[in-house]
Amino acid sequence: MSEPAVRCEGLVKSYGRSQALKNLDLTIAEGTTLVLLGPSGSGKTTALRLVAGFEVPDAGVVEIAGRRVAGPGVYVPPEQRRIGMVFQDYALFPNLTVAGNVGFGIPDKSAREARVVEALDLVGLAGLGSRMPHELSGGQQQRVALARALAPRPTVLLMDEPFSNLDAGLRAQVRAEVREILQSTNTTALFVTHDQDEALYMGDQVAVLEWGELQQVETPEGIYHTPDTRFVAKFLGLADFIPATFHDGKLETALGAVAWEGEPPPSGVEALLRPDDMSLDPSESGQGVIISRVFQGPSYLYEVELNSGGVVHVLQHHTKQYGVGTRVQVRIIAEHRLACFLGEQRVG
Amino acid sequence: MGLSRNVVEDMHIRGATIGIRGFFTSGGRHHGVRRPSPIIWVPSAIVAVAMALPLVYLVERAVDSSSDSLDLLFRMRTAEILMRSALLVIVVTASSVFIAVPLAWLTVRTDMPLRRLWSVLTVLPLVIPSYVGGFLVISALGPKGMLQGFLERVAGVERLPDIAGLHGAALTITLLSFPYVLLSVRSALWGLDPALEESSRGLGIGKWKTLWKVTLPQLRPAIAAGSLLVALYTLSDFGAVSLLRYETFTWAIFLQFNSFNQALAAVLSLVLVGAAFGLILLESRTRGRSKYYRSTTGTVRPSSVVRLGRWRWPAFGATAAVVALSLVAPLSLLSYWAIRGIAEGEPVRLLWGAALNSIYVSGLAAIVAAVAAVPVVILTVRFPGRLSGLVEKMAYIGFALPGIAVALALIFFGSRYATPVYQTMSLLVFAYVVLFFPQAMGTIRASFLQVSPRIAEAARSLGRKPMSVLFQVALPLIVPGILTGAALVFLTAMKELPATLLLSPIGFDTLATSIWSALEEAFFAQAAVPALFLVVVTAIPTAFLILREPRGVR
Repeated sequence: MSEPAVRCEGLVKSYGRSQALKNLDLTIAEGTTLVLLGPSGSGKTTALRLVAGFEVPDAGVVEIAGRRVAGPGVYVPPEQRRIGMVFQDYALFPNLTVAGNVGFGIPDKSAREARVVEALDLVGLAGLGSRMPHELSGGQQQRVALARALAPRPTVLLMDEPFSNLDAGLRAQVRAEVREILQSTNTTALFVTHDQDEALYMGDQVAVLEWGELQQVETPEGIYHTPDTRFVAKFLGLADFIPATFHDGKLETALGAVAWEGEPPPSGVEALLRPDDMSLDPSESGQGVIISRVFQGPSYLYEVELNSGGVVHVLQHHTKQYGVGTRVQVRIIAEHRLACFLGEQRVG
Repeated sequence: MGLSRNVVEDMHIRGATIGIRGFFTSGGRHHGVRRPSPIIWVPSAIVAVAMALPLVYLVERAVDSSSDSLDLLFRMRTAEILMRSALLVIVVTASSVFIAVPLAWLTVRTDMPLRRLWSVLTVLPLVIPSYVGGFLVISALGPKGMLQGFLERVAGVERLPDIAGLHGAALTITLLSFPYVLLSVRSALWGLDPALEESSRGLGIGKWKTLWKVTLPQLRPAIAAGSLLVALYTLSDFGAVSLLRYETFTWAIFLQFNSFNQALAAVLSLVLVGAAFGLILLESRTRGRSKYYRSTTGTVRPSSVVRLGRWRWPAFGATAAVVALSLVAPLSLLSYWAIRGIAEGEPVRLLWGAALNSIYVSGLAAIVAAVAAVPVVILTVRFPGRLSGLVEKMAYIGFALPGIAVALALIFFGSRYATPVYQTMSLLVFAYVVLFFPQAMGTIRASFLQVSPRIAEAARSLGRKPMSVLFQVALPLIVPGILTGAALVFLTAMKELPATLLLSPIGFDTLATSIWSALEEAFFAQAAVPALFLVVVTAIPTAFLILREPRGVR
C-alpha cells in the first residue's frame, strides 16, 4: 500500500472557548474520495480548512502526499500545498472569463491554454472559455469551479458542500457527473457535506463527525448497515431499534427471528432496523397496526405501532396501499446481519 | 459635510448586523494566517494617528490656555450659543424628516406620476453649498431683496420681516440638507421585505394602517441615520449661519479666531466637537434596541406599488412644490445673478484660476483619501479585533469633526510644530482628507464586502501568494468602489468652505473662497458666476453617483 494522499493525526482546533475539533485522525487513500459527514457545527468544514491551510491546528499533524504541511513548528501556506478547492458559493473570480478562472492556477504560460481546454472539456464546458461567470447557469458555474480546481492537477481536491447551492434535480445530475470525473481522473478528494444521501453517493469512505469528534469511518454500505453508534445510525437515515435476544443461533425480535453468525451479542441489546429492512402484509393476527402512511412517490412509508410497544417504519412499494388502522404482519426481509446496540454503542 | 455619509452609515449598520465580519472573528490569532502583513497595518496605523491629530491638538490648545479658558467660556455666553445651535439643529432636523419621509415613500412606493424623475430631482439640492443657498435666500427674501422689490412695485411694501436669524438659517439649511434623510429612507424602503406588509394585509389590516403600523416603524433606523447626517450638517454649517447672522458655534468660533482670540476659539471648537459626538451617541442609542433587518437571506422581491387613487395629483403637486423651492428656484436665481453679473462686465477670466485651484486641491485630497482608505478597509474588514476596531473608529472621526474645528486644530499644529507646512497647500489637503475620509472608507468598504473571502482563498489554493492575491484578485474587484470614493471626496472638497477659508495659503483662491469673499462684500453678481459654475460642475457627477446609490450594493 502506497503512502496515503492525506493523513491527519490528532488534529485539535478551538475557536475561543468552543472546541471545533477534538483529536481528529483521518487518512485518504490515493485516488479515493473521503466524505466528511456531519450536522452543522460538527467541525467538518474546520477539518477541511485545516487540510487546506486556511486554518492552523492547535495541535496535531497534517500530511499531504507524505509531506508534513502542518504540525508542531511546521506551517505550509495554502498556495504551497498543491490542493484544489471547490467552494459552496463557487468563488469564481467575477472579473475573469471562464478560461481566465480555469487557467488562474497554472503558472506555466505555455501549458496554460491546452490545460484550460482539457479541463473545460473534462467538465463538459468545451467552448465556453470566453464567457464571463455571471453569464453561466448555477450548474455551469459549479463545473467551472471544479475545472479550475482540477486544472493544476492538485494532489487532493477539497470540496466544501459544493452542491448545496443547486436545486434538487440539478444536484443529482451534477453529483453523478462529478463522481464520474473524480473516478476517471483518479483524483483524491475530501468532500464535506451534511447530506447523508450525498455522502453515501459520493464517498468511497464516509467519516461521520459529531461535536468535533470522529464517530466512524467506513464504506457507505458499512456505515449505513453497521453504524458504530446510535447517532451515526440515525444520522444516516430513518432508524428503528427493537429489543432482540440471541437464542439457538438466531436473533429473536418481536418481528421474528433472523439468522446470526459469529459471536452472540450480549443480552439486553436492541437491533437496528431500516425501513427497507422490513416488509408488511395485512393480517388479522399481525403484531402491529398502521398508525400513519406517507406517500413518497415510488413508495409508501408506513408507521406501525407494535403490540409489544414501540414503533417501526416500513417502506413498501406504492402498488399496494393500506389504510391507517389496518392490522399488519411485519417481517424482516434484510439479508445482511442486523446491527445490535447496547446503550449508545454497537456491540454486534 | 459629506454627500454620502448615509451610505457610510448604512454600510456600518449592515456590516454589523449581517455579521459579515463573523467569517473571520472566529479566527483567533495564529501565526501565519490571521496576522495582517505590514503592507496593510503600517499604513493603517499611520492613517489612524493622522486622523487623531486634529482632535489631539485641539485638546492640547484648549488645555494650554485652561487657566482662563473656562472663565472665558462662561463669559462668552457659551450657553446661549449652545442653545441657539441646538434650536437650529432641532428645527432643521424635524423639518427635514417632515419633508423627506413622505417624499421618499411617494417616490419609491407609489404610482405618483413621473416618480423616477422626481427621485433624481429631489436629491439634487445637496449639490448647492450652504453659503450659496444662504446668499440666494438673502437676495430673494432679504431686506432689499427681490421679493421686497416686487411687493414694493405692486403693493408699496417697504419692509419685509427680517429673514436673518433662526428662520432664515433653518429655511436655508433644511432646503439643502433634507435629501440626506430622503436618501437614507429611500434605500431602506428599497430593502424592505414586502412579506411584512403582505402579512399585515393578509391579517386584515388596511393599506394606510399597514403603512402606519408596519412600514413606518421599520424605517425608524433609516430616519435616525438620515437625521444624524442632517443634524451634523447643520451643526457644522458655517456659510448659511454666517450669511444669515445667526450666531451658532461655527460663526462664533470664526469671529473669535479672526479677532485673534485663539484660545477661546479652541475651547469653543472643543465644545462643538463634543456636541457632534453627543449627536452620534444619541443616534446610536435609538438604533440599538431592536433588530430591523430581514433575518432571511436571498434576493428581495420588489414591493408592490401603492395606488394613490385620488391623491395621485395632490402628491404630484406637493413633490413639484418641494423641487421648485429647493432646486428650481435656487438654480434660476443663481442663473439670473450670473447673467446679470456677466452683463455688468464681471471678469469671468478670474474664475478659471480659482476653478483650477479648487480642482487641484480637491483632486489631491481625493487621491490621498482613496489610496489611504484601501489598507484601512482591508484591515478592518478582514482582521477584526480590538486594535483594528480602534483604527476604524479613528478613520471615521472626520464624520464628527466640523470643518472649522479641523482647520483650527491644523493651524495650531502647523504654526507650532510643523512650520514648514504651515501656510502651504498640504495642510489644506490634509484637512480635506481628515474630513472626508469616511466617505472614501464607506464606498470602498461596501465594495470590499462584496468580495467573498472565499475568492481570496480560492486564489491561494490555486498557488498564489497573499500579496499577489491582494493585487491581482482583491484590488481589481474594488476598483469601482475606490473610484466612487475618490469622486465623493473630490465633489465634497470642491464645496468645502470653512477649512478652505482658514487654511488656504495667502493668495490661493478657490471657487469656494472667491464666492465667499464676494459675498462678504455683498457683491451677489460677482459671487454668482463661480457659484453657478461650482453647482453645475458638481451637480452632474453627483447626480450620477446618487442614481446608482439606492441599490448601490451590487
